[in-house]
Formats: sequence, structure tokens, C-alpha cells
Amino acid sequence: MQKHRLSQAHIRKAGVTLLLLTADCLLLTVSDAHAMHISEGILPLPWAVFWSLLAVPLVAYGLYKLRKLSATDLSFKPLVGLMAAVVFIISCMPIPVPTAGSCSHPCGTAISGILVGPAISILVAAVALLIQALFLAHGGLSTWGANLISMGVMGSLAGFLTFKVLRSMKINLALSGFAAGLLADWATYFTTSIELASGIKGNSPFMPLFSKILIAFIPTQLPLGILEGAMTAGMIVLLYKKRPDLLVRMKVLKPEEAV
Amino acid sequence: MTIPSSKLKAQSFGMMLLLLTAFCILPPLPLAGEKWPGVDESVIQKVAKEHGKEAKTSLINTDQGDLLLFVFLLAGAVGGFVAGYYWRVITEKRVNK
Repeated sequence: MQKHRLSQAHIRKAGVTLLLLTADCLLLTVSDAHAMHISEGILPLPWAVFWSLLAVPLVAYGLYKLRKLSATDLSFKPLVGLMAAVVFIISCMPIPVPTAGSCSHPCGTAISGILVGPAISILVAAVALLIQALFLAHGGLSTWGANLISMGVMGSLAGFLTFKVLRSMKINLALSGFAAGLLADWATYFTTSIELASGIKGNSPFMPLFSKILIAFIPTQLPLGILEGAMTAGMIVLLYKKRPDLLVRMKVLKPEEAV
Repeated sequence: MTIPSSKLKAQSFGMMLLLLTAFCILPPLPLAGEKWPGVDESVIQKVAKEHGKEAKTSLINTDQGDLLLFVFLLAGAVGGFVAGYYWRVITEKRVNK
């Protein structure tokens, strides 16, 4: 059988095709400023300040962790770079949900929470949300803190903790990744419902408004959570096949599990 | 690293088919803009409006004509490049070793 070398040119061609496909998907699916985060001006100023004050120390801690870890392990930076790009792309990609007739996006913070830890995942989400708020009419500067708490903090923590708990129960890698992605997505929108209800309720009671928002999210986020679970599981399994040693170094796997 | 030529051809054909399918399926989506609102519009802004809160335009308003499409294209290209670059750095390390 005729064989030839898989040259740099082939890899470059494949990379360009993937790049074009990604750009094409983003270009063709965006029709208007259909952001999925809390938009600019929705939250009253005191609530916007409150969520931002809550988020800033966590971002600072993420920065400290990044500096500390990348000083001791040089292979850490490329993984953080990859996660930053993944979270940025995934969290601004509108995906149509036919069952609901609307669009929403996965968060990507489950995979980053698992691979680089929740602290650095929060930092990655903070940068992604800031760029989206500044240039993509996606979210807002005043609502940056609230969006970071829901997507960055709750998404990363839910993904990380779910994965750790399931792995400690000897559940396999793919299933643990799936559950982590699923719960991270749902935790994000659960928190968004709390933030929105507490911010706009005025004199009306919290619970009915919170339930109303949460129920309204369900038709879109229920299937998208499943999609996020599948994406997270796929990424973990792919990385396991390509670089099991990296997963061991990131403490995702125990040394004896990386065969 | 060697791979069979026929396999490479089949992979290229598969990729082309995938691209063609994407081109055929995705173009109607922008046209159905009102039919597929984001959850920001269908949930967040709708509920907020009922409680007297309306979304404001962003500080740098790129939502003007096709400017937003261009910014999204740019973001997709840069994000895709960065992801691809670091993926290559991570996965090629094992080969080099």
C-alpha cells in the first residue's frame, strides 16, 4: 500500500481547515447581539458592585495560582492557553436548540475546572468574559462580576467537584467528565437565575421570580447541558489518549491509571 | 509518522463533506434571527423588562450593521488559532520525547 509522510504541510492544512470551520460556524450562526450572559444595565448598580467585589479576590487568587504553578511546571502554560481559547470560543458560540426555538451557549468552564483547577479556570473565564463584554456585545462591563460568579466560579467549581467525587467513587473517565459538564452548565444557569431574581425583584418576593426564571431556562439549558457533558467527556477522553502523562501531572488521573 | 495515502484521501473527503454540510445547514440560521433568539432575549431581558429593567448598549458598541459579524469572525479566527497552536504544542511534546 502506498504510504507517505504526514508532513508539516498536511498538519498546517488540517489546522487551517479547522480554523476556517470554527470561524465559519461563529460567523454563520451569529445574526444579532444575541448574548447569553446577563446584558449590560440589567442589574441595579448595588448588585453589580456586589457581584464584582465578590469576583475580584477570586480572580486575584487565580492569578497568584497561575504564577506559582507556571514557575514550577513549564508545561502548564500551554494548557492554560488552550483552556483560555476553548472557554472563550465555547462561551460565545450560540447553539440553536430546536426544542426551545432559541439559542444559548455551553460554558466550557467544566473542562477548564477539571484540567487546570477551579482557581485558574475562574481567571480564564474572567478574561473571556471581559473580551466578550468589551468587543462582542456579549454580557456587559457592569454585569461582568455577576456573569463571572455564575459561569466562572459556579461552573468551574461544579465541574471540578463533580469530577473529583465521581472519580473517587471509581466511575470511569468519560462518565465523570459527562456529569461534570452537565452539572457545570446547569449550576451556571441556576446561579444566573439567583442573580437576576435578586437584582430585579424590587419589592416582590424572591422565590416566585427565581422559579419563573429557572423554569424559563429549562427548555434551552436542559439539552445544552447534555451537549456540554458530551463535549467535556470527549475532550477528557481525547486528552487521555494523547497525553495521559499530562493528566497525571494535572492530578486528573492517578499515576497507576495512566496506562 | 506515516499514514496510508488512501486513508488520507478518505479523511480529506470526509472533511470536505463536513464543510459542505455545514455550509448547507448553517446559512438559514441568520435568516431565522427572530425565530432563534438567545436566552438573553427570550428569558433575561424579557423578565427584566417586566420588572422595569432594560438592557443598555455596550461601552464599545460593535452591534452596528455587519461590524458584529466581522468582530465575531475575528474572535473565531484568533480563538481558533490559539486553541490549535496550544493543542499542537501539547500533543507534539509526546512525539518529540
